[in-house]
Amino acid sequence: MINEELNRIAEHEHEEDQKYEHHICVCMETACIASRSDQVKDALTQAVAESGSRCKVKGVGCMGLCSAGPLVKLEPEGVMYQNVTPEDATEIVQKLGDSPVSRLECNTNTPFFKRQTKIVLENSGNLDPERIEDYIAADGYLALNNVLTTMSSSETIAQISKSGLRGRGGAGFPVGLKWSTVAKSSGNRKFVICNADEGDPGAFMDRSVLEGDPHAVLEGMTIAAYAVGANQGYIYVRAEYPLAVERVKTAIRQSKKLGLLGENICGTTFSFNIDIRLGAGAFVCGEETALIASIEGRAGQPRPRPPYPAEYGLWGCPTLINNVESYANIAPILRKGADWFASIGTEKSKGTKVFALTGQIVNTGLIEVPMGITLREIIFDIGGGIPDGKKFKAVQTGGPGGGCIPEEYLDVAVEYESLVKLGSFMGSGGMIVMDETSDMVEIAKYFMEFCMTESCGKCVPCRVGTAQIHNLLDKVTKREATVDDLVMLERLCDTLRNTSLCGLGQGAPNPVVSTMRYFRHEYEARLQEAHDETAFLSH
Amino acid sequence: MLRNQKKLAPPSDDKRWRIVEATMRRHGYDSNALIEVLHTVQESFGYLEEDSLRYVAAALSVPLSRVYSVATFYHFFNLKPQGEHSCVVCMGTACYIKGSGAIVEEIGKEFGIAPGQTTPDNKVSLLSARCLGSCGLAPAAVLDGSVAGKLQPQQVIERIREWTK
Repeated sequence: MINEELNRIAEHEHEEDQKYEHHICVCMETACIASRSDQVKDALTQAVAESGSRCKVKGVGCMGLCSAGPLVKLEPEGVMYQNVTPEDATEIVQKLGDSPVSRLECNTNTPFFKRQTKIVLENSGNLDPERIEDYIAADGYLALNNVLTTMSSSETIAQISKSGLRGRGGAGFPVGLKWSTVAKSSGNRKFVICNADEGDPGAFMDRSVLEGDPHAVLEGMTIAAYAVGANQGYIYVRAEYPLAVERVKTAIRQSKKLGLLGENICGTTFSFNIDIRLGAGAFVCGEETALIASIEGRAGQPRPRPPYPAEYGLWGCPTLINNVESYANIAPILRKGADWFASIGTEKSKGTKVFALTGQIVNTGLIEVPMGITLREIIFDIGGGIPDGKKFKAVQTGGPGGGCIPEEYLDVAVEYESLVKLGSFMGSGGMIVMDETSDMVEIAKYFMEFCMTESCGKCVPCRVGTAQIHNLLDKVTKREATVDDLVMLERLCDTLRNTSLCGLGQGAPNPVVSTMRYFRHEYEARLQEAHDETAFLSH
Repeated sequence: MLRNQKKLAPPSDDKRWRIVEATMRRHGYDSNALIEVLHTVQESFGYLEEDSLRYVAAALSVPLSRVYSVATFYHFFNLKPQGEHSCVVCMGTACYIKGSGAIVEEIGKEFGIAPGQTTPDNKVSLLSARCLGSCGLAPAAVLDGSVAGKLQPQQVIERIREWTK
């Protein structure tokens, strides 16, 4: 596969597209399929066949507004329909080229669509994730071809370093630095792993990227493998995402067929293979050393670092682990330039971040915003605020290891450092909005219950600490706790954070600490009543 | 290696063992493939029986203790047979704050089962999931393999009633 061949496929695709007057794009991701988008697509295909119009119906990735699914988009009109049912198909096809079906129309002239900046999701919602030709027509695999034929490994890493891209799994470690560490590590065998074990409840960014644009991840991984000198890669993906697994399998098969994966990629001497490894429902496997243990076929328990996987990883070999979203950023950076990427975002956090916006918010769905945007803009402009006239209370970011941020800090810019200062965490991108009816102690208890069950049991602080904190929170919710219990709660949180082996235990106290910091009165209100009751009984 | 590749007879002549054997062969009977093989066993038989664990241990030359440790460490693996129908309620944060707790509670009241349990007549298993990644449809559940969203407790109960008829 060389440049001309990619161009030929792209040209052929463009010519094919010219043959159609209209394109009807139907979202074919898990959430929309759950609302029968597969039946909508079949009905539309049939309606088009019956009407004989020159129109192409295709399945595409996520268009963002998941709560209004199934979503259907008309090109070139740019009209979007929401909550489409199979019964609407005939009318949609009949009105093509005429005025749109107004009762189904979804207004795209709103901040939800206008305020986003799409890099990772640039193809999502536009191309068919099950066809490699679609991806190639959208300049796919150009970056890979260019890197393999014209750039050295160190030049590639230099570009990624220059772009300022930081790990999108949550911690924000500079990607370029990680790559160069693996590249410098000695060893005949090296591995590249894609962490798609998206375990944070309330997060579905990685699922959407894998389902909507799997080739972007494969291209990013292959470039990474070339840069660090690896020949084997693994995508570790949750077994709970069967559709994502299928799409990735299809993508791997297609890219191998075109010589974009496998032996002698793009006609060079570089070879690289990717295999899928299924997770089995253990949250802790998102931690890199636990993930490695799981790929090795063992129970997913983390081990102390250093040595870091960059030096001693899978089967003791130097291993690069990045998250799905990090890999999906690679090809656009190399195609459009490191300076272009670095011009987006803030001084220390470059580019964009994909968030799964959920909870008590009007526009539930998948969004991509430039770093540095404020939480208020995300929640009230893009998200459309809180439904049913209720008041905003808190937003939870960072999953079970993150924190709850109250109203007074909504004007803080979204960056890795600023969120940590607020006692939360960027995390992989789950953003859960809560309104005034949410009980913050219950929320803290919910997350602690999660961490308690998911603790792998290897280190004492996490195994015992999460259970003890959970007991104390249970006492608070039952109004049996005393002031001393709150002191104990804080001390335990401190111990857990400082002495746990991995991120799960270290992060577990965050929901408790942040709710105690911002909503302490909710804890105290329950103590007070507990006190009153004891005082009353002792009389 | 030679010993590893010795052909071991599966616990029974059930045809489904051929699928399991194919997975093991694809991975060269490598002990690293343990989780992949257990996935295949569960996919084929619905759960991991003791005999299956013993067979996989012998075939991959892995101590039975390690097979058992892996099978019990990961939540995805079931060691008990499941009911004919399954209802997996998502307990992820988005679903939780939109009332998935009430769904589980109502099912408990009506059918007397908690997450992880199966009705005595073996018809329905109730399970809970950490997050289905369908947060846009919260609260969501997987009813017999297909995701359903924006659920009210009553809708789920009616589905289960149909199953138990």
